[in-house]
Amino acid sequence: MRVSVQEADFDVGAETEALAAGRPEVGAVASFVGYVRADKLAGESAADQAVSAMTLEHYPGMTEKSLEAIVAEAESRWSLLGVRVIHRFGRLVPGDRIVFVGVAGSHRGEAFAACEFIMDYLKTRAPFWKKEDTPEGGRWVDAREADDAAAEKWGQA
Amino acid sequence: MSVRIQYFAGLREALGMGGEEVELPAGVATVGALRDWLAGQGRDALATAKNLRCAVNQQMAGFGVAVKSGDEVAFFPPVTGG
Repeated sequence: MRVSVQEADFDVGAETEALAAGRPEVGAVASFVGYVRADKLAGESAADQAVSAMTLEHYPGMTEKSLEAIVAEAESRWSLLGVRVIHRFGRLVPGDRIVFVGVAGSHRGEAFAACEFIMDYLKTRAPFWKKEDTPEGGRWVDAREADDAAAEKWGQA
Repeated sequence: MSVRIQYFAGLREALGMGGEEVELPAGVATVGALRDWLAGQGRDALATAKNLRCAVNQQMAGFGVAVKSGDEVAFFPPVTGG
């Protein structure tokens, strides 16, 4: 299983080790873990005016397909020995893990590059939406132009 | 056969529904034309949404992509996962 979209948390150590376990040809595993950040609200001065939780919505069916397509694109660009992507949905609080990307390769170069590529593409192509709980109520997170720029640096798929 | 429409995130909330089934009117052959027709049926948020995105049969699509009976069409804001 390469792609999982789930409400449950995941075990970073176990997922990372699984990419290399029993595979002596693997020389490098690069991984990324994304967490819910307790952002201060723009324009708020009080230290306690922060995001208290968020809810991640997704498009069941398309989410899995888009993540599989992103992994396949990474495998067409680099010689990889294993890929694992896990993305959570539902209600999450600051400090919770949101996303895991792990890539195994012979050497670190392709593992680092493919891991960053998968995250950059995921940010702009996988159908997830974050809604933050704030003291003033729910607020949908705006897409960031920096994420589009990060995806564009890899060129056209 | 009809077209299955789905709405997500802020657009879903603005329209007050997660989706609907519609019979494709004659002359509506692209996603963009479908959006305009739906907006004219009272789905105002489809006309006013900034940076509206869409997918046809669970693949990201431009507004010029063809749509036909039996398709699944989704409208949503820019994605914010990861």
